[in-house]
Amino acid sequence: MNALRPRPSTGRRMADQSVRILAVGASLLGIFFLAWILLEVSRRGIGAVNWDFFFAPPAPPGFAPAGLSAPIVGTLLMTGLSVLIGVPVGVLSGVFLSEVARGTRLAAGVRFCINVLMGVPSIIMGLFVYTILVLPLGQFSGFAGAVSLAVIMLPVVARTTDDMLTLVPNALRESALALGAPRWRVTFDVVLRAAKTGMITGVVLAIARVSGETAPLLFTSLNSVYMPTSLAEPTSNLTVTIFNYAMSPYADWQQMAWGASLLITVSVLGVTIFARTAFRERTK
Amino acid sequence: MTVAAQTNDDRTKISTRNLNFSYGSQQALFDNNLDLAEGKVTAIIGPSGCGKSTHLRVLNRIFELYRDQRAQGEVLLDGKNILDRRMDVLELRKRVGMIFQKPTPFPMSVFDNVAYGLRMHYRVSRSELGERVEQALRDAALFDEVKDKLSQPGMALSGGQQQRLCIARAIAVEPEVLLMDEPTSAIDPVATARIEELMASFKGKYTVAIVTHNMQQAARISDITAFFFKGYIVEVNNTTEFFTNPKNKQTEDYITGRFG
Repeated sequence: MNALRPRPSTGRRMADQSVRILAVGASLLGIFFLAWILLEVSRRGIGAVNWDFFFAPPAPPGFAPAGLSAPIVGTLLMTGLSVLIGVPVGVLSGVFLSEVARGTRLAAGVRFCINVLMGVPSIIMGLFVYTILVLPLGQFSGFAGAVSLAVIMLPVVARTTDDMLTLVPNALRESALALGAPRWRVTFDVVLRAAKTGMITGVVLAIARVSGETAPLLFTSLNSVYMPTSLAEPTSNLTVTIFNYAMSPYADWQQMAWGASLLITVSVLGVTIFARTAFRERTK
Repeated sequence: MTVAAQTNDDRTKISTRNLNFSYGSQQALFDNNLDLAEGKVTAIIGPSGCGKSTHLRVLNRIFELYRDQRAQGEVLLDGKNILDRRMDVLELRKRVGMIFQKPTPFPMSVFDNVAYGLRMHYRVSRSELGERVEQALRDAALFDEVKDKLSQPGMALSGGQQQRLCIARAIAVEPEVLLMDEPTSAIDPVATARIEELMASFKGKYTVAIVTHNMQQAARISDITAFFFKGYIVEVNNTTEFFTNPKNKQTEDYITGRFG
């Protein structure tokens, strides 16, 4: 055998270096735009945020005190209700895919549908709920708004649950079954608990996503300037208010729209950071 | 292939009769016949992929978690066929506990890990639960190490402690049989020694079947040893006889390290 001829390492080192530079550059670009958005929204929105912003109802342009109390409450109510509908259904769908029907053709079909559902534009979800709830009832309502948000949330939660449960090792299922636990208790006591952290992150991301949705609400809850007293009527909300205010020619309304944008952005950021830190595993 | 009973004065706790097992279209066990003597430790040895774990996993029907796995034949626990559909599988698994290769503490506190099976199978008062959990931890030689950590997550214990936690969890429900599937292969030698001591203390109390890759371990802890090869049971004998005077050529080749 001949002696091995060495291959110079210069080329490999340069390739390594360029991949590193590209990767760092790409991440920096992403962070740059995120920072820009945060800065711009803060700079323009911070002026609108004061006591009245949270506690006064919306007012016509030029009138004071003007605030966004009604849209804030409406958004909280509708998002809350959509979580109550979307999260249990989504989690149970994920449980079905990963625990009940694992490996069957039915599961593969349902999983495919969920992936498609995740890609459906939210405006189409809005139109869908418009046809099944708003038209038959003859009334825009906060309830319809919550349903449309729940439908958007459902596939995200189902998919995350499915993914997270699939990551739970079978050894854990087997040891719970080996103790004589029935399948449903294995799922609820052990498997879901083991996947908790990842699932909470998924749920929070889903909430973050729907709390910024505008298009589906245009067809379902519409908007209102009054404090919501019932979800059976058009319900005030932040995103449609931002849309209306930002499109208006009035400086004070535009200012208010920036304030509302800042509020949504900061809330989503806050909820995400809270979920990431509060539910972190203690044993890592 | 039939293997003669190895000892005369033992009562049989579990006996396997013409057990065939397949993963999909691939057969893994061929006409297995094996008796586990009550109160004794039976070691199952053999090269990788010979069906040791598969055999064990039939005895508590844990294989049923997977759709493509099929067992045929009879497994008699105190004379009743556990493969019978009418057998209550939850009750079966209460009577036949299992310890796995890797420690699998549940994502809950040390206390709740041990209490899990107890709460499920028995109506116990709060104070009795505490006593039972403590006793199970003592029986698993773990109590002194964790008595101040009962409310900490089970995952926070060391690997060897986690495995003893799993043993405590299994014996807390008062099983009659313990199946151990390579229980020490993922933990260090010191922890292994502790678990072997533990198994010695189980003699007479539980019927134990242990799958192991470690022949010294089989020789140290078992009363009876069975040698599996390619899905067949080649030889079963009392452990001293098995290792000093193997009757089968394949057994001799395996225990002298000529293959496997």
